[in-house]
Amino acid sequence: MATQHSTQSSWAAALFGFAVLVAATCVVEWMLRLGLLNRYIVPLPSEVMLSLPRIVIEEKIAGAFATTFLECFYAMLLVTVVGILTGILLYRFTALRAATETWVAAAASAPIVLAYPLFLVVFGRTMTTIVMIGFIAGLPPVILKTLEGLAGTRRVLVDVGRSLKLGAWQMFAKILLPAALPTVFVGLRLGLIFCLINIVGVEFLINYGGLGQVINDRAERYDLAGTYAAIGFVILTSVLFFIVTERIERWLRPQT
Amino acid sequence: MASTANVGLAARPARAVGGQADVVAIRVAIIALLVVVWELASASGLFYRDVVPSLLAIGTALVKVLANPEFYHHLGVTLLEVGAALAIGGTLGLLVGFALGGSRFLSQAFEHYLYYLGPTPKIIFFPIMIMWFGVGPASKVAMGTLSCFFPIVLSVASGMRQIDPVLIRVGRSFKASRWQTAIKIHLPAMRAPILNGVRLGLGVAIIGTLLAETKLSNVGVGYLIMQAYSVFDMPRMYAMLIVLFTLAIGANALVGRLAGPAAARRS
Repeated sequence: MATQHSTQSSWAAALFGFAVLVAATCVVEWMLRLGLLNRYIVPLPSEVMLSLPRIVIEEKIAGAFATTFLECFYAMLLVTVVGILTGILLYRFTALRAATETWVAAAASAPIVLAYPLFLVVFGRTMTTIVMIGFIAGLPPVILKTLEGLAGTRRVLVDVGRSLKLGAWQMFAKILLPAALPTVFVGLRLGLIFCLINIVGVEFLINYGGLGQVINDRAERYDLAGTYAAIGFVILTSVLFFIVTERIERWLRPQT
Repeated sequence: MASTANVGLAARPARAVGGQADVVAIRVAIIALLVVVWELASASGLFYRDVVPSLLAIGTALVKVLANPEFYHHLGVTLLEVGAALAIGGTLGLLVGFALGGSRFLSQAFEHYLYYLGPTPKIIFFPIMIMWFGVGPASKVAMGTLSCFFPIVLSVASGMRQIDPVLIRVGRSFKASRWQTAIKIHLPAMRAPILNGVRLGLGVAIIGTLLAETKLSNVGVGYLIMQAYSVFDMPRMYAMLIVLFTLAIGANALVGRLAGPAAARRS
């Protein structure tokens, strides 16, 4: 009974939140039509909605989406291989881990994207620059979570492996890796989020390919409604992406 | 942009398995190796001129940058922009965070929007900020504000929910007023989450502000970096990036230290 009441209340709250958003949009539309807000700065929300199909067709959104997806894919491929191998290496050599783990953690919070002009000089205004920034941004969480997953393997599982006289490779493949996988996936998800944020951001900053460029193009043409619609589209894509990766992570996480 | 760098990535204390001496030796060896590789790459001629300048050239450029009074003018503008962004975004974040953390209904109604909007790349809002606030420092402050609002509001809301109910009950049993409860119980209990939120917010405010400066500006450190890039003065660009990274990481560490170990664990 209490659970049913709680579910009803959470639905009511969600509905209220959505209603407030819709009402706020209507108020903005009304204020713009009355001239209380400047239409040269804020376009009519209805115009923005109508611009969405135009953006999809004119800007070849599917192509831009594919470019961003490809950049994310390449960056994540590198992140997965280098990140997991580095995590394993640091787990295997504890002194190396003790020496470098804080560095890796510091790199996770370092504003790496601010060095994008440096990447432009080294790799040129190409996809490689974007992929490399995505790669470096996504690497620390994968290393740290791989390390955490391997180090957090339950002692009893390791002891069982030892009692069965498993070799080093067998111990890794049969015990350590399966036990660490859920945590490794958390790292991969975080890495993917860092990758996407940085890739879309740099696409916008250097005006090169993908979803970020779509926004830049519209803004440079002073297509107000189009700019807002393109930003809305990118936000929607990001949010959907986060929801999907979160669901996958939850699905992979062992039930306790 | 690395606004989500808050999700369980704090390094745990390194185990002194190999002994402190081994750790120091490995660190020195890694740094020495990096220096040697860098100098070899610089001298090899494999890269375009100055893409990998010698460490001496970078050091000289760093001294020149730090000795130039004009740099401090630009640094001052950037620091002011970041400070204003943190003040505005932090205040808004605190107020909204308290409201969401204090009401289950409001949290269920709005928090998931903030949760999913939080990790989106904020720099894409820059065209809107330019339209609203112009090309001057105000649009950079707005970018920083937008960037730091999300981590602060989420951290405060989550911290508010984690206050030990026993403390609240103790306050009630002492017949504490609403104001006294806020000052004597909520605020002290919220110190770690607030400071943790500010730490995360500061990091992303710096990134948001500086990225905006690199995109469109005629003042600030971001502008100086782009200026060095446009004239291909690589040692100066490296020098400014070193200053920038040192400031960003230093500010982060300072707020982290203020927050104490509890906040570090939360992050």
